[in-house]
Amino acid sequence: MLSERGSFMKGMILGGVFCFVLSLLGSFSPITESKTEDHHHHHVKAASKDELQQLSESRLQELNNQIQISCVIMVQPKNLVYWAAALDTWTKHCDKAEFYTSESSKALEAIDLNEKDDWARLRKALKHAYENAGDIRWFFVAQPSTFAIIENLKYLVLTKNPEQPFYLGKTVKSGELEYVEFNGGIVLSYEALKRLVNVFQDEDKCPERQSALWKLSEDKQLAVCLKFTGVFAENGEDVHGKGLFNSRSVDSLISESMDQNPNNVVKGCCSDMAITFSSMSPNQMQVMMFGVYRLRPYGHDFHDILTFYPPKGSDND
Amino acid sequence: MKPLGSRFSFYVGFVVGTVLLYVILRPVWFEGIQLAGNYGKLSDRQQQLDKDKGIWKKERSALFNLDHPHHTGEDSRMADKLYNKVRILCWVMTGPNNLETKARHVKYTWSRHCNIVVFMSSVEDPDFPTVGLGTKEGRDQLYWKTIKAFHYAYEHHANEADWFLKADDDTYVIVDNLRWMLANHTPDEPIYFGRRFKPYTKQGYMSGGAGYVLSREALRRFVEGFKNKVCTHTTSVEDLAMGQCMEKVGVLAGDSRDTTQRETFHPFVPEQHLTAKFPKSFWYWSYCYYPISEGPNCCSDVSVSFHYVDAGGMYLLEYYAYHLRAFGYRYRYQPPTPKAYRLELSNSLDSAGELKEEISGVKEHGDDDLPRPDQGQDAGPPPVVGKDAAAAPV
Repeated sequence: MLSERGSFMKGMILGGVFCFVLSLLGSFSPITESKTEDHHHHHVKAASKDELQQLSESRLQELNNQIQISCVIMVQPKNLVYWAAALDTWTKHCDKAEFYTSESSKALEAIDLNEKDDWARLRKALKHAYENAGDIRWFFVAQPSTFAIIENLKYLVLTKNPEQPFYLGKTVKSGELEYVEFNGGIVLSYEALKRLVNVFQDEDKCPERQSALWKLSEDKQLAVCLKFTGVFAENGEDVHGKGLFNSRSVDSLISESMDQNPNNVVKGCCSDMAITFSSMSPNQMQVMMFGVYRLRPYGHDFHDILTFYPPKGSDND
Repeated sequence: MKPLGSRFSFYVGFVVGTVLLYVILRPVWFEGIQLAGNYGKLSDRQQQLDKDKGIWKKERSALFNLDHPHHTGEDSRMADKLYNKVRILCWVMTGPNNLETKARHVKYTWSRHCNIVVFMSSVEDPDFPTVGLGTKEGRDQLYWKTIKAFHYAYEHHANEADWFLKADDDTYVIVDNLRWMLANHTPDEPIYFGRRFKPYTKQGYMSGGAGYVLSREALRRFVEGFKNKVCTHTTSVEDLAMGQCMEKVGVLAGDSRDTTQRETFHPFVPEQHLTAKFPKSFWYWSYCYYPISEGPNCCSDVSVSFHYVDAGGMYLLEYYAYHLRAFGYRYRYQPPTPKAYRLELSNSLDSAGELKEEISGVKEHGDDDLPRPDQGQDAGPPPVVGKDAAAAPV
């Protein structure tokens, strides 16, 4: 009887200690950053103003001529309103904008991939974009409810070599896999896309059809395939370390900032050089066009080292 | 039996111990986190008060702007020049129930760009601060509040500002653009600007919600008008009553549109002006003095105000106007430099010099209406006859 009580007490004390230790451990975040992989860069930032000013005029002119973005927009007839909005707003600023649809629509033109599976469709679109790249060395993949400021994307990759593999956007970690969220837009350099298109042929590493059981979303699948080719996701950030790619709408980010930084809402929210926002309604996209490309306070000028001109035949920018 | 019993007791004890400690620890954690949070909040408020000291000088219920916002890397010489030459006192119509829900957001966004800001309420609040006008609250008090507010501004600040802006606590104002618009006028002109409406008056009147701005002379005449009983409290419809008084004392209703005839003061939020198709029966169509444009032509690049802006909308507009931009983008509309500042600016630019010339892209140019900087632009805003150098897009 006595030993039973004794055991009980010992057990209780041990249990208490166990719980306490667990609670302490729980408050520590896992320190294991992937040190084994050859991630040299997790974060990619634009060149600073100083760096840009050190470039020669001829080099700058060269960069200005070469920096071109090919936009790959994955649409579906069920998202027709967003498709139309993307067509009428931000995609006008791409050097090349190609719409790839799952099935044809009578209302709008696109390259009909005739493919219902999201991953297979993305593969086909990327392959097509690669084969028709021409001189363009940077690719931006998005859904139509994402709004992108292409000039800021150009600024981000301006001094980066597209013959190097770059896979940029808003990075998220899912277990061991770090991938770029589709919502925030995906940036691929020519080299990254080249490697990707090559690994498409490997049915073991990068199968076209996934089994229904283990189906990954297409952005995760993309990361898996790219990883096999030695290309890793990197987070696009501004000079302050703020993410440039957003997988949420600007209203929702402002709302969150009002809760979290009520005394510094705007600065605590989003980067001045933001590249993407997602889940924007067509009307909100028109407002963003106005806000980015037109509305400004008189007398405040930024003498940026490059000039990007507005597109022809457009009236909302 | 015995060893089994004691092992079993051990396990039971272990479980009980774990559960017991968890139950004890959880509320302690929570309180701890909350306490830490509260400390955080307390120091937050203190930090804000300290920060406020750096931004504003509080004096006589007004906030005098000490440090109007700048960005690193921006060239704001022109904005600074205008800030010093075109001094604006902004007074914001608010009430005791709106201080935390509306006026606060005005305080932390656009009002920071005014030279002086005064929050007008029925009740005095020395902390916010607000002026107590001694009226009641409510729509029927709007003109009374307006009359008293302008009288207050005249009595206390007539010599500290050149222009006197009235705005609601749900109006967002881009004060730098207001300065651009006013830069070609002087405070001695009897004139006022806003979103011009046409009914009920000869020369029209300015929409109250979209905000309107009086020159110092206009304000003087307003106050004189009440002294001489030329103006009285005719109706509680504030903007109309204001317009009637202005007409009586000989103050001109100005044209606030930009050099391409686009409106700058807006009675609704950007989304509505840019995307909504108002039904033809809507009052707006018959009220606007100038022809209405829907879609992108509705609104000037140098828009001055929007109305019915909620709290989130204030920060969003601040973000769009003052923060978010497209790198290197060459705007289609180049607002001409106000006349009086052209010679001055070109002189100072020469002496300052630029580190590198802008590299002009070989890319296709946009519309033909991109004016060259040295091209002879017509005098800034706004010509009475619609003739200007920059071709207006269709």
